[in-house]
Amino acid sequence: MNDLKAQIIEQLNLQEVTPENIGNDQPLFSKEGLGLDSIDALELIVLLQQHYNIRITNPDDGPKIFHSVRSMAEYISANQTIQA
Amino acid sequence: MSEKVWIAGGGVISGIGLNLQSCLQSFRDNKPGMTAMQYLSSVHRATFPVAEVKADNATLADLARMPEDISRTALLSMIAAREAWESSGLGDISQYRVAFVSGNTVGGMDKTEDFFTEYLKNPSGGRLRQVVHHECGSITELVADMLGVRHHLATISTACSSGANALMYGSRLIKSNQVDVVIAGGTDALTRFTLNGFNTLMILDQQACRPFDETRTGLNLGEGAGYVVMVSDSLAAQIQPWCRLSGFGNANDAYHQTASSPDGTGNYLAMKAALDRSGLQPQQIGYINLHGTGTQNNDVAEGLAIDKLFAPSFPLVSSTKSFTGHTLGASGGIEAVFSALSVKEGIVYPNARFMHQMKEIPFAPETQFSTGHNFQHVMSNSFGFGGNCSSLIFSKA
Amino acid sequence: MNSELAHITGSVIISQNKVYKDGELIWEHDPKAEISVFMRAAYDQFSGQYPKFHKMDALSKLGWLAAEVLVKDSDIATCKPEEVGLLLSNRSSSLDTDVRYFETVKEFASPALFVYTLPNIVMGEISIRHGFKGENTFFVSDSFDADLMSNYASQLMATTSLKRCLVGWVEVMEQQYEVTMFLIGDKAHGLAQPLTAKALTSLYHNK
Repeated sequence: MNDLKAQIIEQLNLQEVTPENIGNDQPLFSKEGLGLDSIDALELIVLLQQHYNIRITNPDDGPKIFHSVRSMAEYISANQTIQA
Repeated sequence: MSEKVWIAGGGVISGIGLNLQSCLQSFRDNKPGMTAMQYLSSVHRATFPVAEVKADNATLADLARMPEDISRTALLSMIAAREAWESSGLGDISQYRVAFVSGNTVGGMDKTEDFFTEYLKNPSGGRLRQVVHHECGSITELVADMLGVRHHLATISTACSSGANALMYGSRLIKSNQVDVVIAGGTDALTRFTLNGFNTLMILDQQACRPFDETRTGLNLGEGAGYVVMVSDSLAAQIQPWCRLSGFGNANDAYHQTASSPDGTGNYLAMKAALDRSGLQPQQIGYINLHGTGTQNNDVAEGLAIDKLFAPSFPLVSSTKSFTGHTLGASGGIEAVFSALSVKEGIVYPNARFMHQMKEIPFAPETQFSTGHNFQHVMSNSFGFGGNCSSLIFSKA
Repeated sequence: MNSELAHITGSVIISQNKVYKDGELIWEHDPKAEISVFMRAAYDQFSGQYPKFHKMDALSKLGWLAAEVLVKDSDIATCKPEEVGLLLSNRSSSLDTDVRYFETVKEFASPALFVYTLPNIVMGEISIRHGFKGENTFFVSDSFDADLMSNYASQLMATTSLKRCLVGWVEVMEQQYEVTMFLIGDKAHGLAQPLTAKALTSLYHNK
């Protein structure tokens, strides 16, 4: 999951965050968590496509998949077809 | 000094007609303009319907009496601006102090896209700053020259409210006696750039869009141009003006780069400011031409703001974007013309494909074209990315 | 235009990796530093604690930084949100970001870049930061048009509910940039010059 955290930081240009700052279960989108917004969610969709070849076509799926780093990692391992 | 600002005429080119009369006919015949892409070449051709102006650049160049290699944005601008001028009955443009104020967001992007491809292969060999007619401002200059406007010109780029903001600025040019006549509105051609961009935002509907419908899933892009001719009191006395621009308001939503605040704060502030400026109460508005893009976010924010301002009695409302698609920087200009004509002739435009009531709001859009309304005041909303929210009010002459 | 209601109460110029406030150099960075390095250093110097800054494009960063310096120590917080407006302009619109976005389209088009392919997003970013909800307009013109800016700002101050307006020029194309921003107020504070085209022009060149 640390690789994924580094990818998230790079994709979203989170310059003042390190992988150690992100908890596996920390909510990514709430104010108490990383405070990401709807554009960040779209960038995470790009990340999944770019690094894991996973396509999400319905943005409504976002909140469930992108709840936390753990939920993202679980979604990736369940849906990955080609090794990045 | 002019006390009031009058609308002396208007012109539109859009996906439902090459001029205002043919646009009206499409509303009457209930014929929206979205189809599979015919003129733009894109990998999304089969995926996203768009409301293209139904003519190739050669045909548009003939209509505009301009060279074919000019940006489509300029060709559309010229055609609608000339129609607006001719409809005003003011005659020879050189006898007036005239300003041309045009909103747009893409500039000559249709031409620039081809250049970018070369430039990115070899940046040192490119002359990016010299890309002819890219910059939004040069589109305005080209068209102003062709129209014979020499006194003042300005380009406004505030996303999807650009066209509406052009009318606001134009109105102030007349009120402060800097000019007597202003041709104001907006223009934007459809480009791969905007299509790809809106696709990444996942707000394009793969079917014809359904503004203010509970089942809406996004917008369709369109293209076109729309301009009104605005004049001072002294010139209005010499012609038969359509109506007045009696009020306008602009506010920043201060919430997000692209999304509206959930309760439509900026939308509310813009409409409220427009009412205040025109000295009107909400119940005096007969019809609202909605921003109504068909995205989840816009329609609920706009709907809630209207609810807050107008409840319990609502004006008739509809989104003409259900016919023209979202024409971005042009939309404020195109919808200003539709709204000015609505108050002049008592017209309500239909909101195509409305079937399901939105659960958040207590009112529904009109679905039929109708005439014979006795409107004293009509409102036109235009809300853009960057939180830029505008509302215009047109009042009976 | 009657300018009794409008005063220039402050100015900020950001140019050649230097920051001037009210005509005085207040901070400078390595003149050879790239624009991205300069902007990050300026953010650390004048702000910090606003992680969304790093996601902005250069146009928004520059305008945002100028507003940050301009508004600091001013009385703008005493105004209601609807009483603060913005009137900005530039030459190249959002072309700098348009090119960057276009570069991403071939592989994975970036939504975060696309949202910055409009010049008025900088006004949105400034409004979000400070909670300004007043009127906004963005003009595209060949060069800083002092007549347009002073006439229109005077008219806004005289005929709308605005009590403060941030007025200026925010231009960037690759490594070249130029930012000038003025704080216009309805009372004579700070620099307290009457708002005229001549005064704007003189301050614009005062660096």
